[in-house]
Amino acid sequence: MDHRDEPGDDGGGASGMHCPNLNRTPSPALFVGTPRPHRYSPANLESTPMPKAPDPITRDLWHVVAATDELKIGLIETTLLLDRRLAMTRGLDGEPVVWFATDEENGEDIDAETVLDRLPVKTAYGYTWTCLGTPSADLFPIPEFAEADRVNMSCGSIGIHVSAPRAVENFLDMGHFPYVHTDILGSEPHTEVKEYDVEVSEERDEVLATKCKFMQPRAAKSATQAMEVEYVYRVPHPFCSVLYKSCPEDESRRDVIGIFLQPMTEETCRAHLLQSMIDSTSTITDLRRFQQTIFGQDKPILENQYPKKLPLDPRSETPIRADKSAIAYRRWLSQKGITYGVIPQAN
Amino acid sequence: MPLSLSDPTWYPIASSEDLPFRHVYHGQLLGRELAVWRADDGNVNAWENRCLHRGVRLSIGINEGQELKCQYHGWRYANRSAGCTYIPAHPADAPARRIENRKYPVREAFGLIWSAANDDQPFAPFPGAEDHDWFALRPVPVNATPEDVLAGLSRLAPDDQPVEFIPGRAVTLGSAHFFVQPVDAARSVIRGILPEKPADEIATLRYYNEQLTKLRDSLERAAAKKPAPEPLQPVFEKVSVELSTMPDIAVPRGNTFPVVVKRKWQSADGVIGFELADRDGKHLPTFQPGAHIDVHLPNGLVRQYSLTNGPGDLMSYTIGVKAESASKGGSKVLVETVREGDVLAISEPRNNFPLRRDATRTVLIAAGIGITPLLSMARFLDKSSLNYELHYFARASETMAFSSELDVLHGRADRHIGLTREAIKAKVAEVLGQYQFANHVYICGPGAMLEMVQETATALGWPDEAVHFEYFQNDKTIDASSAFDVELARSAMTLHVPAGRTILETMREAGLTVPSSCEQGACGTCLTGVIEGEVDHQDVYLNKTEKASNTCMMTCVSRAKSGRLVLDI
Repeated sequence: MDHRDEPGDDGGGASGMHCPNLNRTPSPALFVGTPRPHRYSPANLESTPMPKAPDPITRDLWHVVAATDELKIGLIETTLLLDRRLAMTRGLDGEPVVWFATDEENGEDIDAETVLDRLPVKTAYGYTWTCLGTPSADLFPIPEFAEADRVNMSCGSIGIHVSAPRAVENFLDMGHFPYVHTDILGSEPHTEVKEYDVEVSEERDEVLATKCKFMQPRAAKSATQAMEVEYVYRVPHPFCSVLYKSCPEDESRRDVIGIFLQPMTEETCRAHLLQSMIDSTSTITDLRRFQQTIFGQDKPILENQYPKKLPLDPRSETPIRADKSAIAYRRWLSQKGITYGVIPQAN
Repeated sequence: MPLSLSDPTWYPIASSEDLPFRHVYHGQLLGRELAVWRADDGNVNAWENRCLHRGVRLSIGINEGQELKCQYHGWRYANRSAGCTYIPAHPADAPARRIENRKYPVREAFGLIWSAANDDQPFAPFPGAEDHDWFALRPVPVNATPEDVLAGLSRLAPDDQPVEFIPGRAVTLGSAHFFVQPVDAARSVIRGILPEKPADEIATLRYYNEQLTKLRDSLERAAAKKPAPEPLQPVFEKVSVELSTMPDIAVPRGNTFPVVVKRKWQSADGVIGFELADRDGKHLPTFQPGAHIDVHLPNGLVRQYSLTNGPGDLMSYTIGVKAESASKGGSKVLVETVREGDVLAISEPRNNFPLRRDATRTVLIAAGIGITPLLSMARFLDKSSLNYELHYFARASETMAFSSELDVLHGRADRHIGLTREAIKAKVAEVLGQYQFANHVYICGPGAMLEMVQETATALGWPDEAVHFEYFQNDKTIDASSAFDVELARSAMTLHVPAGRTILETMREAGLTVPSSCEQGACGTCLTGVIEGEVDHQDVYLNKTEKASNTCMMTCVSRAKSGRLVLDI
């Protein structure tokens, strides 16, 4: 867009500034748009990570890093987790191997057997998880994933220039459906967020929102008409959430959608999506495309949120009743002592 | 001189032509982002580029003409005040709290839009500014410090013509004036203006583009060789404690402020219009469609009048007053003794008659002076291109107020004149039709009319929550049969309220001074906080949610359902 002249004189003493010489060869018209802040591409983020030691809770969590199937056996894939560059591959046995990258490049060949200094690895829900500290406990359960007749699939890993907790909060939010997912998950005039229940389950240490109801024109790929959909949201991990929603195909069961955020830096993350559906007609491609459409609508909104870290001070933003689950989530993060990807409340 | 976040200087932030119809421009000044937009009334707004709800940039919002709508949750903010007027997640509520975005001072002059970090300095034109019709050049962004850019511009002056610096990081080079907009510590925009539109516009623009592009290249080459200064770190101001908590019902406040009667005129037979404005020409507080103000009259009475204004129309409030309604001398004083130029005290706008903007069809039914809140609603719906129809019933066409205002609406505005009671009823039934999902009707007029429309709507299957109305007077029969005790927490006193006497009377008999005005539960003057006990609300002042909160009451008509009430008095 930026057609600049060849470097000429350095501007000192340029003459004729007040009497345009109209016989000059015109330069291409210059479109000068609004100056915008610099954008970071993932490439330069990876090359210049700003190191910050994550809080101990975050350090000891299991973090998602890749859809296991998408890691190629014998090929390196690099990524970023908590500001650290990681390399990943799969061994001949198909098991993922993850380690701190040194000079490895994306796409290089490697024999997983030669990697000695490995990070802890777990595979769950189709994804590979690792931990940079001492893994604290098992990963949270999603019992439905094991049900035989469900279609389980990963729906892609999408980079977002926002903190992981902002993305979790967006996943919990119903009020934006008519405006961001117009004619799919919501449409005017059905903008109301009805009262729902939120609790922090002490036993399972997770935020739970129940009786969340919303009128949706096309709640799922298998939906053919508008229906009032009931949601249950779980936040069983500071950077992961799972939702259960009425299934258009079988009233007695619920579709499960999980979002697992990989905190790359404090202000960038990758969203890994899981669908575990009761859907006998749609193809996996259709189901993936549907979820990616939804996520593609959220991404530009999330990337225009400021500050990019989630502010935990109650006075930083203005909640309404519809934001009860977000308020509970912010408090829960605060109480846990999470400081990574958030702006902690000043004491 | 390093840049300061609190630099009070006015700088250009955009060209006038960067703000075309219904656009939102992403501006930047001193490290801050601004959402800059022109309302349909011509007013230019420069707001912090961040919705107070969830921090989404307002520059990606939608300019609805007189309101800006956030992309994320559809919150709407009013022109001028930046006050929130509508929250779609709770369509039946009037936003009770004052949610207001941060604004920056803004002026449009000399082909440019100007802003400053604060109000510390009045806007002052540069010398000779007023004598010309300025022509704005294309702005040129430069990744260099504002100081270096200014120095670079000054070097463009030919040797025989010394450069003249003018206040606000600006130079004149011959007749051209160049201003350096400090975007951030290491980023600037050169904004040039010429005293008049050149004969060959394109050639002139190209000429200056070439010159400034050369300058930019050399400045950026030089800047790349030295360390860039740290970007400014603007802080987002915290919201008030009131806004940070979950919105429990706030007890309405009795704050008043003075306004001047700017215009008083006969709007129709028996209806006098009053236009009320701030004494210093500032904008008035944000209001929502359906809102009213309390007007404190010279004789000590307080009366409620609906605002007729449309969205973002805050330079004055316009109310309509019925001349012959002389109950207890209220409106009569306004009509007979208040003149243009007089000062009245009014309350901030309150809304007991909120307009849902999520209906597929909105029916507005007005009778007589009841047109006032419905005119406001029609104007909001009109601006947002929502489907509505307004039906205005009156005895004679001469008594129809605000006729010219109705004429400019784009939606359907039907006038029904001189119909009999039966004919009115038939017409109402016809316009309502059988109830359909997401239809809403709003009625304002005499008590008998309200009841007739409610009955008709019910008969046609309209549920209560789709039928909205507002009483101006409390026409209900007050049930004063209960007897109970009131404990006055701050006065350390317990009183017995017998059947047939009000709490207000009982308190006065006990020697307390308690303010009141209408004494029929309509004006809000005797509003009192409730600490304990269950209130038997009989007023028409508090709205449903306020009543349900059980935190406040009108002591002139309301009573106790429990044996004891503890009041904050």
